[in-house]
This record gives sequence, structure tokens and C-alpha cells, in this order.
Amino acid sequence: MVALARRNLLHDRVRLIVTLTGIVFAVVLSSIQLGLFVGFQRATSDVIANAGADLWVKSTGVTHLETGVPFSERKLYDVLATPGIASAQKHIVRFAQWKKPDGGQEGVLLIGVDLTGEMGQPWKLVAGSVAALREPDAVIVDELYLSKLGIRGIGDTAEIGGHRARVVGLTRGIRTFTTSPPVFTSFKHAQDYGPVATDQTMYLLARVTPGMNPSAVAARVREAVTSVDVVLADDWRSAQERYWMFGTGAGITVLIAAALGLLVGVVVVAQTIYAATVDHIREYGTLKAMGATNAYLYRVILQQAALSAVAGYGIGIAVAFGASRASLAGTTAIILELPLASALFVLTLVMCLGASVVSINKVTRLDPAMVFKG
Amino acid sequence: MTTPAIAVHNVHKTYGAGITAVTALHDVSLAVPHGEVLLMMGPSGSGKTTLLSIMGAILRASGGSVLINGQQIVNRPERDLPRIRLEHIGFVFQGFNLFPALSAAENVALALDVRGIKGRPASERAISALAAVGLEDKAHSYPADLSGGQKQRVAIARALVGDPSIVLADEPTAALDSQSGKTVLDLLRRLARERNRAVVMVTHDHRAAEYADRIVHIADGRLHQGVEQTVITAPATPAAERRAS
Repeated sequence: MVALARRNLLHDRVRLIVTLTGIVFAVVLSSIQLGLFVGFQRATSDVIANAGADLWVKSTGVTHLETGVPFSERKLYDVLATPGIASAQKHIVRFAQWKKPDGGQEGVLLIGVDLTGEMGQPWKLVAGSVAALREPDAVIVDELYLSKLGIRGIGDTAEIGGHRARVVGLTRGIRTFTTSPPVFTSFKHAQDYGPVATDQTMYLLARVTPGMNPSAVAARVREAVTSVDVVLADDWRSAQERYWMFGTGAGITVLIAAALGLLVGVVVVAQTIYAATVDHIREYGTLKAMGATNAYLYRVILQQAALSAVAGYGIGIAVAFGASRASLAGTTAIILELPLASALFVLTLVMCLGASVVSINKVTRLDPAMVFKG
Repeated sequence: MTTPAIAVHNVHKTYGAGITAVTALHDVSLAVPHGEVLLMMGPSGSGKTTLLSIMGAILRASGGSVLINGQQIVNRPERDLPRIRLEHIGFVFQGFNLFPALSAAENVALALDVRGIKGRPASERAISALAAVGLEDKAHSYPADLSGGQKQRVAIARALVGDPSIVLADEPTAALDSQSGKTVLDLLRRLARERNRAVVMVTHDHRAAEYADRIVHIADGRLHQGVEQTVITAPATPAAERRAS
């Protein structure tokens, strides 16, 4: 029976190509859109996810990372004094204006790292060192954004908020959802580069004592430190992702595009499988007259759909992985990992099998007596 | 007394209901013993294909009795009918109805696949069935590469491979040239004679008469007993011999 399903598919090459084109289109579109979704999602929250903190302390009511409001850095000591806190440090994340060497302006996401601690530091470092941020005017930028920042690499200089900035290190592949290039600097320089008073911070990062429950420690900090919000890093990351992906509608747009891709796939596959079924309707009638049960015929149709799904998915996901790989060289990443690829395979299979329902309905209603009609 | 392969008694068939009802068969009674070639002739729309479909457990009679090898099928649930067809009946169609994507052997083996027989045993039986219709050398040819007569012989091999006791053929020579038609008719007659199968043929082809043991005429849904005839010129089949003795 597998042979029948396979042979039916291979017999009509044109129809097979149309079917596979539909599935490949659906798989490529869906996987790229979902990969973009994941890429965007990661970009929104990478700074939080890679900070290495268990708790974030922020001004009350701040909804997302880039719009933090400064508060007194003295709260750092209140946090440190709370039982269960192993370490805490100041941190700044805010938008700033980068003036290129040629005079052009570019918005950047400035990240001020307290170099006395270990949290919030740049990651994916490919040149220079975090320690170099102690040097005057030192900044670390990402390779992906060099041209956007109007510089070529280490040693180049620019201005942030009217203060000199000199590149001392490079990361590779740290993206931001807002497309504002990330610029790491020391906490002190970050205060200098923008309107953050010398006795203020925008965030406090904290680690809990190993073995302590972060939620319980967060509750203690909330009691001990007033006029701030204390959030678990995971919750803060989720809130950040929700804000950018769904609060702004950006994520919904990407998901709708992915859903449309799947819908187009379903329609194309349903149409081609149905057309193939109608073309072979006499043969199906013959099988039915010979004594084949409906279940037997369903299996033939479903196997055709499944074989189409596997072939179409194989081609489509290969194209999507190629696109994903190519995207890593740019500022917009399509992140296609095994769990997503696996989920897409299941989705493609379900899509193709679902598209067979119309054909199955046709065969169910098929009167075997039709084989006697000329 | 030997159980006939097919026995229909007072069978009638009505399509639709109320004032739009159309009766296709009126109280038809007929028995076909094993080993007989029965020809059903009649004008288009006379009901012969309807009767063939009822005999083949493809169409349900509106009333009467239909026995296939002694099994009453009229009141059997719909789900039982495919199994009855599988066990007892092989079909040969006017348009051959071969799968174009499958080779001759694979088309024949498909009839076994439906029965759950797969792999090497199915292949061997398919080749053997093709050999029985003289097409062993065409086992790997595709329908598109076969002549009409060869396609019909493949269809006959497919009908036979499941070893049914009854073969129902609907206009088996209509799409064939004269020589191919003779080959197919001869094959069906040998099937009845040598393998003791009941063969029922619906046809307009008068050449078929010389291959039949018996001919019945149907007109307006009625079996015309008056013109039912035993073809004494037909080559002897076991059934014909039994009747003659």
C-alpha cells in the first residue's frame, strides 16, 4: 500500500512539484517567521537573560528594560543587608545618543556595568576584555553594528551624550529588538553619558545565597526596600518579552505571517491532494468494488499526504536552516533550533493530514457502483 | 443439489422515493451455477448493470433475496459487503480501471494487498496470475505500455488472483478490437471450464454469445424468460455438461 501511495505521488510529477512547492512554501514561510519570532524574543530579553542575576530591583511601575527610571543607589545597601542576598550591584540600561565620527547620530542601548561585581557584563566577547572597560571612555560594542555606529573596530572613537567613547572590545551577535546597537560601558561612564545623577542607579542586580529560594528572598527584599519593584529575573525577562512581542504588536504580526504561511500550505496541499484523489477516483472505486474497506483507502490517501509532508518538510526546513545560518551575519536573527524544527515537522504533518480530510470525505461517499459506468 | 454460485430471487430495485421513484428491476429471479458462463444482454438502461451490481454486493437490492455461495446478503449490514466481495467475487470492468502508476504485476498484487497479503507471496501470486492470462512477460510493464487487450487481461488476472468463485464482467470487450475481444472471451470461458468459476458477463457484444453457456435478456428491468436460452453451440463447460445430461 505504501507503494501505491508513493507511486501515485511520483506518477504525476507536475502535481507532485505543485504539492511540494506548496508545502515547502508553507514550511519556509512558517519556520522563518517563527525563527524571526524567536530571534526577536531573544533580542528583547538577552540583556536580562545574560546578566546572571537572580533578582532585578527597579523603580516602581517600570514596564520594560529600556525605560528604567533612576532611583537612589543607597538602596543597594538595603538590598545587600537583606538576609538571603549573596551579592548585589548597580546597573544602568537606557537609550543614549551615539555621535559617529562623521557627525551622524545613532540611538544606542547603553549598558552601564558595575565592574566591582560579576553581573551584567558583556558576553560573546570576541576582542578586548571586560577589564578594559575600566579605562577612560572605554566602551565595548557589537561587531554586527560597526557600520551602523560609523566605526571600524577597536581603537575607534565616537561620542555619547557629548562625552568621548573609545572602543576597547567587541562582542559578536548581541542583538537588540529595537535595533539600537548595544554599547557596554562602566557604570560610572554610563552615569556620565546620560542624565543619571552620580548618586543614582537605574537597576540593582542581585544574586541570592546558594540554596535559598529566589522567590522567598525577593519577598524579603520587597519588605526591606521601599518604593521599588523587586522581580525575579525570569519574570522580568518574560515581562520584557511580552511587552515587546505582544504589547507593541510586533510579535503578533510575525505570528500571523507564520499562521498565514501554514494556511496557504493547507490550502495548496488540500487542493492538490483532492485533485489527485479525483483523478484517481475510478481506481479508488475499483479498490472499493474489489472489497477494500474505507479504512484501506483512507490509509492510501493519508500515506500520500504524509509522504508529501515529509518530502516537503525536508526541503523546506533545509532552505529555512540555510536562511537561518545566513541571518546570523546580520542584525536580525532567524533562530531555528531543534525544538522549533521538530514542532514544525509535527505541524507540517498535521497540516498535510488535515488537508486530506476533503479527499477522505470524497472517498467515503464514493459509490463503488460507479466503476460500472462506462 | 449443488449450491449455485449466485441465486437471486424476486429481486427488485427502486431508486428514489415517492413520485420520483424509478424501478430499475422488477422481481428478477436467476441462478448461476459454478462453471457456467452467463451472458446478460439488453438495451442500455434495461437494468442489467444494476443486476450485476446487486449480484456483486456493490448495490443493495430494495427487496428479494440474493444468495452468494449460499450466503444471504440482502439484509447484511453495509460493513459486511466488502468482505463478501473480497471472498467471493472478482470484477472485470469495461475501462480496465488499472492504476497507471503501478506495473501490471503490482496492479494484480493490489488485489492481494487489499486482502492483507503482501510482499513476496503477493508478488509470486501476481506473476502466476499474469502467467495464467499469458502476460508473464508483461509483469513489469505499465498500463500505458499495454494494448487494450493486454490491459483487460491484466484486469482479469487481478480479478482472479484472489481466487474468487464468481467473476462479474461488465462489457469486458467493449473497448477492445475484435481479436483482443476474442482472446478475453476465450479466457473467461476457460476460467469457467477449467477452474469451475461462475462467470457473469454484461455485454452488447454479440460475438460473446458463442462463448456463453446461457444468455438472458433484460428489458425494462425484467428478465425475459421467454428469450432466456441455452447456447448449445457453446463449448462444453462442466455446468453445460451437467445440464445436458
